[in-house]
Amino acid sequence: MGEADVIPLHGSGGRPRPRPTPRRRSLTPPPADVPGEPDVREDAPTANLPVPTGPSELERSVGEVADFLRRRLAGRYSVDEFGFDPDLNENVILPVLRPLYERWFRVETIGVENVPAEGGALLVANHSGTLPLDALMTVVATHDDLPTPRNLRMLAADLVFGMPGAGSIARKAGHTLACNPDAEALLGAGELVGVWPEGFKGIGKAYADRYKLQRFGRGGFVSAALRTGVPIIPCSIVGAEEIYPKIGDLGPIARLLGVPYFPITPTWPLLGPLGLVPLPSKWYIEFGEPIRTDEYEAGAADDPMLVFNLTDQVRENIQQTLYRLLSGRRNAFLG
Amino acid sequence: MPPSVVLVTGVSRQLGGDLAARLAADPSIDRVLGVDTTPPSRDTRRRMGRAEFVRVDIRNPLIGKVISTAKVDTVVHASLSGHPSASGGRSMMMEMNVIGTMQLLAACQKSDTVGRLVVRSTTSVYGASPRDPATFSETTEPKALPPGGYAKDAVEIEGYVRSFSRRRPDIPVTTLRFVNFIGPRADTAFAHYFSLPVVPMVLGFDARVQLLHHEDAVAVLERATMHDLPGVYNVGADGVLMLSQAIRRAGRLSLPIPEPLVPWVGRITRRARLVDFSPEQMRLLNYGRVVDTTKLKNEFGFEPRWTTVQAFDDFVAGRALRPVVDTDRVVGVGESLVLGAARRLPGFGGDTGPAQLDAPQDQTPALAPVR
Repeated sequence: MGEADVIPLHGSGGRPRPRPTPRRRSLTPPPADVPGEPDVREDAPTANLPVPTGPSELERSVGEVADFLRRRLAGRYSVDEFGFDPDLNENVILPVLRPLYERWFRVETIGVENVPAEGGALLVANHSGTLPLDALMTVVATHDDLPTPRNLRMLAADLVFGMPGAGSIARKAGHTLACNPDAEALLGAGELVGVWPEGFKGIGKAYADRYKLQRFGRGGFVSAALRTGVPIIPCSIVGAEEIYPKIGDLGPIARLLGVPYFPITPTWPLLGPLGLVPLPSKWYIEFGEPIRTDEYEAGAADDPMLVFNLTDQVRENIQQTLYRLLSGRRNAFLG
Repeated sequence: MPPSVVLVTGVSRQLGGDLAARLAADPSIDRVLGVDTTPPSRDTRRRMGRAEFVRVDIRNPLIGKVISTAKVDTVVHASLSGHPSASGGRSMMMEMNVIGTMQLLAACQKSDTVGRLVVRSTTSVYGASPRDPATFSETTEPKALPPGGYAKDAVEIEGYVRSFSRRRPDIPVTTLRFVNFIGPRADTAFAHYFSLPVVPMVLGFDARVQLLHHEDAVAVLERATMHDLPGVYNVGADGVLMLSQAIRRAGRLSLPIPEPLVPWVGRITRRARLVDFSPEQMRLLNYGRVVDTTKLKNEFGFEPRWTTVQAFDDFVAGRALRPVVDTDRVVGVGESLVLGAARRLPGFGGDTGPAQLDAPQDQTPALAPVR
């Protein structure tokens, strides 16, 4: 670690590959995993539609939408104790994000085989872009591009949950407050958890500091992973820094609004609402090799030195991967 | 060891009355004494059977005399109230809750017969804020202490109960932190709230709601009365409903209200005697609250019979709440209209589907390959 930084320019898996899985587009109800829930569609008229004889594409989609609306309006769906609503996530939230993912940012994923198909895992990523679009795109990536779709449960700042609208949507999308009890509960239940340990320092940094990782919090994510023995998957996101190049910060307005920063970008607030359109940079999301945490003895999470070392290891890993991806990129917008 | 003489406070209200009735039906208990400031309703009295009613204010030292003359060995303090208007105003409610508890605990501390104390508390002691973890366990420290009212009463009561158990370590004390009750018979603020035809909720917020069936609540109190199970336990059913989802399941319409107007609406519904929600309980509608009931299941040994969803559905069925709008029908009409309109189109299969739907395509869009 103390030697000169050798950056492998063409390391393993450095080239993007085509997508492994087709998109899931139909309005599918999630698997009914709550035993007390009665079969919600037994009275729905899907049976009336002549499915085997091949109704037109349109008829089927209208039927699907109608079923979805019936389910929603009658409250026949289930949420977990974090407020995660898989039905809404699958049929509304992800479809809204998908065009941004596929067409606007043209995200390419690398190393999807490094994300375990099942069981708890902690995905740790770099944060950037003024607005947390990188986190939302990672949610789409872990759902659409993995061989088996997974729902990434993110740990977010309390600011999100106090905000009208954003807070309740974040809960319904399965995300929760970044705190150790919640992280350990989700990891212990075998969920894929996402954390952006740089927090506001990362997402709100100036454009001049792009791709320079900030401090990785206080290592709380490492101790959560150590306590539950789940692997840490370093995740490097390239492209998100260029969507809203932050060239200034209006501190007084930010304090007035109670937010950590009020960015000035080349288009915001100059062009008004138009300035909210992110620049169409080309994105790469690389999942690195998992770092195991189940080999340490029981009290390891209470050993600050070990926690700091592991935190550094993860941070270093992501920083190196970022440099490697950047050196392979010719243009921020064309890739 | 089963108790022989049980004293239940707050029998004129539903939970205390039901518990007294349940205990009176148990032949292994010699005497059941119910105390309250107002006599129970005729119906409650009939169900209470052989349980005796003693009209005494627990704020009065007389309660000590009742305990000593009847040789009470188990005290169940179930009179915690969260309804200001039902208890004669907010300051009266605080008097009854806090000062009443202090007097009762003082009497128990003096007594040499009392050998078990059960205290009804509430999960309101955890508060509700965006900075709290998703689920509260018994040891979670609240991030935002309840500012006042019912929740503050409960916090203070728990404080007095803790100092009581320090002074009388020989008496096992069970503190039960209940979530909101629901059920066909439950006469609670939540039940009234969901019975409104148009249910107000906070714009931009959708709380997670955890409920407990009324019968389960009585069963938990009964179990605590019959056995020595000292400690603090969260009591709630499994599973969670979103507030909006619960409103839809009850067939009600929701009315989102901007946050600054919420206290006003709360005041209006209180004045109109529609819903007796105290202001601090309104915060629950913002953020909701879910508690971890692992300790209840593993250490207390109780599995709620109803999940939150089942308890809520039982409430809807028991109250015979009719949907305000038949949504299935509306969607069905809309569906046939869209299909009918589409059939008349020349191309049949165009873009008439609702906007959010992406028609399936044969292949994924090709991405710009990287050179």
